[in-house]
Formats: sequence, structure tokens, C-alpha cells
Amino acid sequence: MSAIAETPGVIGYVDALTARPGERVTVRVSVLHPARRYRAGLVRLICGETGPKGPGLKEEPIATAIDGEHEGREQYTDAGSYAIVERLPPLGSVEIELLVWPGCLGGRVQILMALGRLRLALDESGAAALLAGDGALSAGRRLREKAWHRVEARYDPATGHGFVSSTPLPGFHADRAGEATGALPAGIVPQGPLLFAAERLAPGRTARHFDGKLEAPRLRSGTVAAAWDFAVGIGTRRIAAVASDALDGVTVNAPKRAVTGSLWDGSVQDWRQKPAHYAAIHFHSDDLYDAGWEESLAFRLPEDLRSGFYAVKLEAPSGPPFHVGFIVSPPPGGSGARLAVLASTMTYLAYANYRRRMTPGPYELSMGALPTVDMTDILLAEHPELGGSTYDVHPDGSGIAHASSRRPLFNMRPTGRFWNFSMDLCLIDWLDAAGIAYDVVSDHDLHEQGAALLAPYRAVLSSSHPEYHTLEMLEALQAYLGGGGRFAYLGGNGFYWRVTADPAHPGMIELRRAEDGTRAWAEAPGEYYHATGEYGGLWRRLGRPPNAVFGVGFIAQGFDASSYYRRTAASRDPRAAFLFAGIEDEIIGDFGAWGDGAAGLEIDCYDAALGSPPHALILASSEGHSNSFLLVNEELLSNRRGVDGTTNARIRADMVFFETPSGGAVFATGSIAFIASLAHRGYDNNVARLLRNAVARFLDPTPFAIPRLS
Amino acid sequence: MIEPLIDPSRRDLAAEYRTRPFGRHSAALQALLDVMYRAENCQNLILIAIGGGRWVLGERQPDRKPPRLFLDEVFDSLEAGQWAAFRRRWRALAGSELDLP
Ligand SMILES: [Fe+2]
Repeated sequence: MSAIAETPGVIGYVDALTARPGERVTVRVSVLHPARRYRAGLVRLICGETGPKGPGLKEEPIATAIDGEHEGREQYTDAGSYAIVERLPPLGSVEIELLVWPGCLGGRVQILMALGRLRLALDESGAAALLAGDGALSAGRRLREKAWHRVEARYDPATGHGFVSSTPLPGFHADRAGEATGALPAGIVPQGPLLFAAERLAPGRTARHFDGKLEAPRLRSGTVAAAWDFAVGIGTRRIAAVASDALDGVTVNAPKRAVTGSLWDGSVQDWRQKPAHYAAIHFHSDDLYDAGWEESLAFRLPEDLRSGFYAVKLEAPSGPPFHVGFIVSPPPGGSGARLAVLASTMTYLAYANYRRRMTPGPYELSMGALPTVDMTDILLAEHPELGGSTYDVHPDGSGIAHASSRRPLFNMRPTGRFWNFSMDLCLIDWLDAAGIAYDVVSDHDLHEQGAALLAPYRAVLSSSHPEYHTLEMLEALQAYLGGGGRFAYLGGNGFYWRVTADPAHPGMIELRRAEDGTRAWAEAPGEYYHATGEYGGLWRRLGRPPNAVFGVGFIAQGFDASSYYRRTAASRDPRAAFLFAGIEDEIIGDFGAWGDGAAGLEIDCYDAALGSPPHALILASSEGHSNSFLLVNEELLSNRRGVDGTTNARIRADMVFFETPSGGAVFATGSIAFIASLAHRGYDNNVARLLRNAVARFLDPTPFAIPRLS
Repeated sequence: MIEPLIDPSRRDLAAEYRTRPFGRHSAALQALLDVMYRAENCQNLILIAIGGGRWVLGERQPDRKPPRLFLDEVFDSLEAGQWAAFRRRWRALAGSELDLP
């Protein structure tokens, strides 16, 4: 039997991951289907694609002005970062110079600096080259990848005479210089706009982007002498001209700043201490901050729209639909519900456009099962210009440190990998089935509004995988708990990495995977500080282990099968009686839509050494995890045997409860798979009962009393 | 002649895998899977959901290219797809077709 497998024929994005009732939503759509038309509609998402062991997709259409069929076209995405100086006086004979650290060489031309049709470049062989019109002059010596070189060039438009050279900066190597002098076409006028790391074909269309770092460009022509210092303006989009700010420029598509330059010698790690050591910008040919598509649809959210998970559903005449997911938060002050679900939009964004599952390599050695994708992921692979995720790497092997929501996001949908956005719908589905009133608020709301966002709520439920947090978000959650709030951490590997919101790039976060941790790539030495000046890495290493606030922290992961929890004696403690009311079972959650168990995927355990509160009750612990569950590497000082689920007793999800001094409480399940068990047997099961008991008590204003420990 | 990398007589391990592709494995089966999962043996396989609960195998490609889909064989469950991958690797590493009753 053969199959027809079709990718979505239409994709799009909205301007913000969170909107409120009454607000205008702008949708930017690109139609790939040759019919160039598509249907659109708003849907409230109730349940995602759960696989055969869950309730499956549930969505509810909401009538809006965009309902129906629309004409459309394919929209162009100008990927690749560069810097541009728009205004430049007309030039004659010119000398240019800059420092170059190529990330990856060969096979294509990479433009270092463009003055109209005069460009300084690295050619297909990896040598510095001066390109004038259709002519080229190569210095003939391939540069070395990931090493600093000085590249210089001269060109006289009157004669066409050119010169180009590359000189490795001094070091313990045998690299050699190269240079060439020769005739190029005459009459190619060096002119603005001046671009670094790309050339411009037309406004909004750039090409032949450079992967690597550039530093200290200079230009001299007659009376014009200009130089740029990239150490100035870190944390902004500005590139600063040294002598006169008339020649200032801006970066486009968010190249990485606060990166080590040619002078960096390891004497500092924080760019603010010696900015001169950080006078470089790292450009990437696949950076994408803002796809910049034209507006296709716009509509106003109904004033009485309930808060929740929503999507603009786009459908071409054939192929699967494309969901543009977003969160509708309640009106300011909340809807009156006393329960909030905190949608982990920072984590959704960090994972957006994840390509790593589709790259070659021994995937199962770490995951324990084959990678799985669907036809929407295949479409992503066919469109490299839409950028990768913070789990992927750039063409030069450096980690993708930026994630922007101003582009189509292939994971903000109820379909595809049962993970994050699609899995969190299990909680929505259960709340709806249980008839519990709630609002949905987002990480982005929390970052912007702080603890005030949570003030209307007696209890907050986390998502299944709240991994990425800004300091502002953690402070807000701690303030909420400090004020007597109740929090249920219904996930795993939460509160793990620091991210920062870049004020110069609204909608974008930065991530520096510093030091260690379970991670897709390692941050470059010397680049552990974000462009905001904050030190990156695991919150555990930054002095804010999740255990101290939420009771548990990351211990293991495995992606083949889930397991169950076994109750402990502490679950009979009178303090926990409210949780286990009506539950006689010893075994909790030996069922579920993900891996047949409530304890799985990524799991967390209690650890007093990391600050888990001594008075916390460990109510239940999972057991029987598979061979593919491995202890996380931040728990290992050196590699060793005995770290899988069949051999290591620490590989377990701990279900924890504790009261806080201000009358609040925390309930933590320590497992991503937990909420995927809620719907089992028509929502009548011990996982659902446990959560229902927790929510009921958490909504009761009676303060929790903290026990006196002897 | 290259020695087979896995012992073709251990069809008991294949049977164990077919019964329980996900979850705890015996040490002997895990050792066999560790051989299959190595970069040089994994064949860069991937499972692609093509809609309607159907799956096909594919091969992950270098240089940021999309996976190549093997559309000639369609599976109606994830487990069936995993089992087909196991059989492909068995054929390559044991040097013979795996036939289990
Ligand atoms: Fe994660």
C-alpha cells in the first residue's frame, strides 16, 4: 500500500502570543498551495491530538470576521542577519578593512561588507575576495574557520585597480597571509547603503549572508573616514560609528551580540568588564527576527471571549490545516475565576521550529525510541528560512540563542508532537470536563505584569513543561507564593533555564546555555552573559533551584514509556488527607495517553540538598522506569555506569506537598506525562481525583497551617 | 568477511522487543538495541505521521534537507513502525531476514 502524504498548503503567524478579549489580532499568511486561496477561522482549543489512548482533537469554532475563504499569496522571508548603514556619501577610490572570524567556509560566497556592487567577501574557496560588478579578485588563501583574520581591500572606480589581502592575527599557528592585486571592472561606484554580512538586492531582499563574527570595520575614501565599534550598543540594535553618529547603523534579524572578539583572552567572562574584548557581532545566515510579512487578516476578539488556548486555523484546498496558536488571557483583573492556568509561552517559544529530530545522528541512544514528526514538521524542514529553535544550531555549529515569535511557529498547535502546547491542552480538556472555572494567563503576561497578574487567583496550575523563565517571572511566582498563593506544579524539568527578554527586539528571547545542564548545544566560552548583562544557565546553578520553591527539580528523562507512582506512608499523613480523599489505591497513574503512565518524559524529584523544604511530604514516588531513563548530567560529576532507570533509585518522579509560611501551599507532581493521564476512563481515575482534590482545597481561602517541626 | 554485529540466533530478543518496544528491556535486549542505535547502524530512521493515524518510515538527511519518506509501506500504529525499523536493522546487522512466527 502506498500513501499520499501532504504538507500544509498555508502557514502564518500572529503578532503576539497573548491577546485579550476585545483586542485586534493581526494574522500574516503565506499561501503555498498553487490555488492561492485558503479558509480561515478562529477556534478555541480544548484538547490536542493525544494518540489512540486519549480523547483526541477537540476544537470549537468561534465566529469572527475572518471566517470563510480568502485569496492569498506566498510571502517572502528575508532570513539572515546583517547590519546596515543607510546614509553614506557617494564615494570614489576606497580602502576598507575589518576583522573576520569565519564560522564555516567554502562552497558559497559570503559577503563581509557591501557598498552597492562593490563587495568584500569570502569566495567559494574560503579566501578573501573583492567583488566589483561581475569581476572578482581573490587573495587566494583560504582563511581558517573560527580564527581571527584582518581582511583589507582597495578599489579605484576610475581605473578598476583592486587589491585584497587576508592576514591571520598572531597566534600559535602556521596560518599564512594571502594577497592579490589586479584589474577589476572600472566604474563600479562604492555607494550606500553599506551592509555588513550580506548584500542588498532590493529593499527587504538581501543575499549571500555571512556566517561568523565581524569586528572593527573601517572605511576611507577621500575626506570620508569611518569606523564602527561593535562593543558600543550591545543590548540594542544600534551599531555605532566611532567619529560621527551620522554613520550609525542598525542590525537586522538579531545577530548575536555580547560575543567574544579578537582581543578576548579569557581575562574576563562578563562583556561589561572589558567591552573592548567583546567588540564583535556574530552573524548567521539563518537568523530570523521578524519575517515581516504583510498583514493578511485582522479581526477583533469578542469582548466576552473566555480566556484559553486558541488558534487561527488556516486550511488550503488540500493538505492538513495549519494552526496559529495563541493564548487569550482574561481582561485586566481577571474574569472572576479564582483559578489560573499558566501557559508556558516562553517554553513554547524556545521550542518553536525545532528541527533537531530531523537531523541525522544516534537519536535513540538518548531518547530510547525513533524520532517522530508529522507532515507539518516536514514542511518546516522544507523551509529553512523560517529559522530554527533554541535546540538547533546555526550552519557554523554555534547554538541558536534567539527565539522570536515574529515568524510562523510550527509548535503552537494542537497537533503533532504530544508536547508542550498540545499536551497542555490535556489540562484544559480536564478542567472543562470537570466543570472548573479558570483563566489562562501566559508566561509573557507574567513577565510583563509581575505578581499583580496572579493577584486575583487563589490557585495557579502550571503547564506540563514550564522550562524557561526570566528572572522577572520567577520573582513574580515567588511573590505570589509569599502572599499566600497556592501553586500546583504539574510538570517536569520546570524552572530550569534562564531566558531574557530582549528589550531591543520585542517578541524575542535570548538563551545562553552556559556551564552545564541537559542541553542541545553548549554556549561558547566567554559568552555566558546575555546581552542584557544577566548571567545565563540553569536556575539551579544561578542560586535559584526549583526544588526550593516548587519542591522538586529535574532528575531524569526518557521518551519511550511512562511509569506509575506508588504511594508512601507520608500520603497517610493528616496534612495530605484532603489530597487522597476517596483514593484507596496504592498505585497512582498506571495509565495515560503518553506512554501508559502518569510518570514519564521528564521527571523531577525531591532533593533536600537543593533546597526542597524539609517539611514537604513526599506523597508518592514513581518506580520501574525504563533503561532509556538516564540521570541528568548536571547530577554527574564524572560519567559512570548505573545511571539508568533499571539501576538507579534516584530516577523517580516525586509527588510532593508542602505548606508555605503565609498560608499558601505547593503541590508538585514532578512529571511531564502527569496531565496526559487525566482523561483516562472518562476522567474517572486516581490522577484526576487527586488533582480535583488539590484544586478544591487550593481554592478554599482557609489558610494552610505550616507544621511545627520538632 | 564482516562478522554479523548481532547474533542472528537470538530471535528471543527480537520477540521480546516485538512484545514490548517501549519500556523496560532485559539487559541482553538493551545491549542489542545499543548496537542498533549507534550512529553507524541506526540508518538515521525516523517515523512520520502522515495523517489518519498512519505512519511511514523515513531517513533523516544531512545538510538541513527534509527527511526522505518511504511511502511504499504504511503502518497503522507507532509500534508497527518501530517494529519495521527493528527488522530493517536486524537485516543489516545480523545479515539475514528476521522471521518470527
Ligand atoms: Fe525541555
